[in-house]
Amino acid sequence: MKTTQYLFAGFGGQGILFSGKFLAYKGLMDGKNVSWLPSYGPEMRGGTASCSVIISDTPVGSPIVSRPDVLIAMNLPSLDKYEDSVMPGGTIYVDSTLVERKVKRDDVKVVYVPSTKLASDNKTPTLANMILMGKLLAEEGKFEDEAGVVNALKKVISAKHADMLEVNMNAMRLGQAYAE
Amino acid sequence: MVVFDKPHALTDAPLHYCPGCTHGIVHRLVAEVIDELGIEGRTIGIAPVGCSVMSYDYFNCDMIEAAHGRAPAVATGVKRSDPENIVFTYQGDGDLASIGMAETVHSAARNENITIIFINNAIYGMTGGQMAPTSLPGQVTQTSPYGRDTAHCGFPIKVCELLSSLDGPEYLERVAVNNVKNVKNAKKAIKKAFENQVNGKGFSLVEVLSTCPTNWGMTPKRALEWIDEKMIPYYPLGVYKDRSAEK
Amino acid sequence: MAEKVLMKGNEAIAEAAILAGCRHYFGYPITPQTEIAAYMAKRMPKIGGTFLQAESEIAAINMVYGVSATGKRVMTSSSSPGISLKGEGLSYLAGADLPALVVNVQRGGPGLGGIQPSQSDYFQATKGGAHGDFHMLVLAPASVQEMAELTVKGFALADKYRMTAMILADGTMGQMMEPVSLDFAVGEAVEKPWATNGTKLSRPHNIINSLILKPERLEELNFERYERYAKIKETEVMYEEYMMEDAEICVVAFGIAARVSKNAINEARAKGIKVGLIRPITLWPFPEKAIAAAAEKVKKFISVELSMGQMIEDVRLAVNGKAPVTLCNRTGGMIPAPEQVLAAITEAAK
Repeated sequence: MKTTQYLFAGFGGQGILFSGKFLAYKGLMDGKNVSWLPSYGPEMRGGTASCSVIISDTPVGSPIVSRPDVLIAMNLPSLDKYEDSVMPGGTIYVDSTLVERKVKRDDVKVVYVPSTKLASDNKTPTLANMILMGKLLAEEGKFEDEAGVVNALKKVISAKHADMLEVNMNAMRLGQAYAE
Repeated sequence: MVVFDKPHALTDAPLHYCPGCTHGIVHRLVAEVIDELGIEGRTIGIAPVGCSVMSYDYFNCDMIEAAHGRAPAVATGVKRSDPENIVFTYQGDGDLASIGMAETVHSAARNENITIIFINNAIYGMTGGQMAPTSLPGQVTQTSPYGRDTAHCGFPIKVCELLSSLDGPEYLERVAVNNVKNVKNAKKAIKKAFENQVNGKGFSLVEVLSTCPTNWGMTPKRALEWIDEKMIPYYPLGVYKDRSAEK
Repeated sequence: MAEKVLMKGNEAIAEAAILAGCRHYFGYPITPQTEIAAYMAKRMPKIGGTFLQAESEIAAINMVYGVSATGKRVMTSSSSPGISLKGEGLSYLAGADLPALVVNVQRGGPGLGGIQPSQSDYFQATKGGAHGDFHMLVLAPASVQEMAELTVKGFALADKYRMTAMILADGTMGQMMEPVSLDFAVGEAVEKPWATNGTKLSRPHNIINSLILKPERLEELNFERYERYAKIKETEVMYEEYMMEDAEICVVAFGIAARVSKNAINEARAKGIKVGLIRPITLWPFPEKAIAAAAEKVKKFISVELSMGQMIEDVRLAVNGKAPVTLCNRTGGMIPAPEQVLAAITEAAK
């Protein structure tokens, strides 16, 4: 019986909520119990955005993630704010293009991905979030079933924007292949 | 042969209005129009809060009693529920131009396809004669005992003029019911306001300058004269908007 | 069974309302429930329904009053400050015995307050919400699935008893996404011979009205209404019991507070503390019998709330002095953490 609590955090506009929604759908399609809870309000307008995602074998109790197992920090204020809250033994994913400092904790696993730079080099500057997501899926062994990843992506990209499907998959493959 | 009869759209309930009050005339005009247009079976009336609060007992069509000022919003719901419904509100000056001003302006701005009969008698009748949004400058009421002081409580609201600045409404006319000629004109205006709705033209409001002898402290006859002397000069009669005629 | 989809609580309410046959929605923007209006604005025109953004909360509830008077299912939604504005309409709906569904996605107050989740409108919702002798049916969802199911249930109860059903949710419930199945029965439409939808000249005119000037008659009508309420108290109470079989401590919580409490209860159980949960699903009628029955064996009660302690008064009334009832709360838009609830349980277990 396993419950994993994710906290995605970054600037508004970095696709924080989208990443979380995608991961929640992936969990749902893997037959898990899931919840997704965004921060909301004026802070969403260019300030810090965050969202809590829980993926669990058992029904989800509180949807609020205050002690994440996994933190995805896409900017420095997010790392500063949430670093200490991560459960010992947890994982922190860092967009190392935007976060210049290293994680101080030594009881967590840290994965640095220069995702904003990779996204920019790849000419998809808005998809740093999905590059980081690709790395996360790879680390969690969830990329082995690529068809499953595509199916979850289809749930969050409307048919109208079907052309974005491959673009997002490519971004995730970039993250998957990235090695420090 | 019957030459003069009560309109079918009025019930047999005796009206509770004071002697000399012109509500009864306007009720009759509305009922005659409903009869003439043959719309009673699909008409729903919205009663206000004020002297005409109990008009739900007087009209034979389905009736809804609304909260104070909210009749246009309730009418909006009824109309949107089924556009085949013919919906009218019957409201006084406090109801329509004070507490319900937002509902009035916005239903007009939406060109809501409803008919509003607006009784302007420059006073709150039911609560015993307080200052209304349409009380005239200098008018003595229970809450303006020294006469309406415009420096203290502002000026009367001219509803037709105000609404005529909006692009929304179809038809706005001010009439009076203080003499035979004016009553005939009022009937014409009320009929047009209902016909507009039947023809899908939109928001139609008829402002009726009306008497309140009791709270004005006048005899019924004197009250009728007061409309000519005081009210009409401040609230000129006439058509303030008629979009179909403009075309 | 239909495939589950991820939906926000607010969207689940909107879609469930449409499933329940609601074709008229009136509202005014306010955080954190605006998704309901946005969803309706998109969907209603496509299914021949009406979405209208009203000029105010007051106008919106009165538009609801108008549609309801014609006998059709209708709803509005808002958040705390907006519900206060709707109070007038709620009282008139009660006085005129009109059914309606009203959603309150609560935020912190009083005044303009904040926009984060709260349960501090409990008094307002369960004790009437405006002037006069009346109640609303108050339903408190604790999952997105329940947001949908209780919306459908709310419409059915409102029609059955000719009264307002309120969905009392909070910002978390409105904003969160969870898997939802919208594959459920919506029940049959109720006849409404009282509706003012035109006499067709085939019946005496109907009157929808809350003005009753004769006190004898008004008293009579209020007594009749409260007889209906008594029947509702007998038959429509809903609640969930969780690990109550051997519980010595009982947590009472609804909505998001119940979900936080479940986490804490699971942890406390792992430490050997016999604690359970009673989660009211109907806040009015309140599950007073279930709590009174629990009071026969439970040693302590803890009311967990996102307010300064409002439901706790009903818990105490039901417990009737048989056990101490303490409060574990956050307010102003803050949510108690499971650790805080666990600490309260641990303290109670001493």
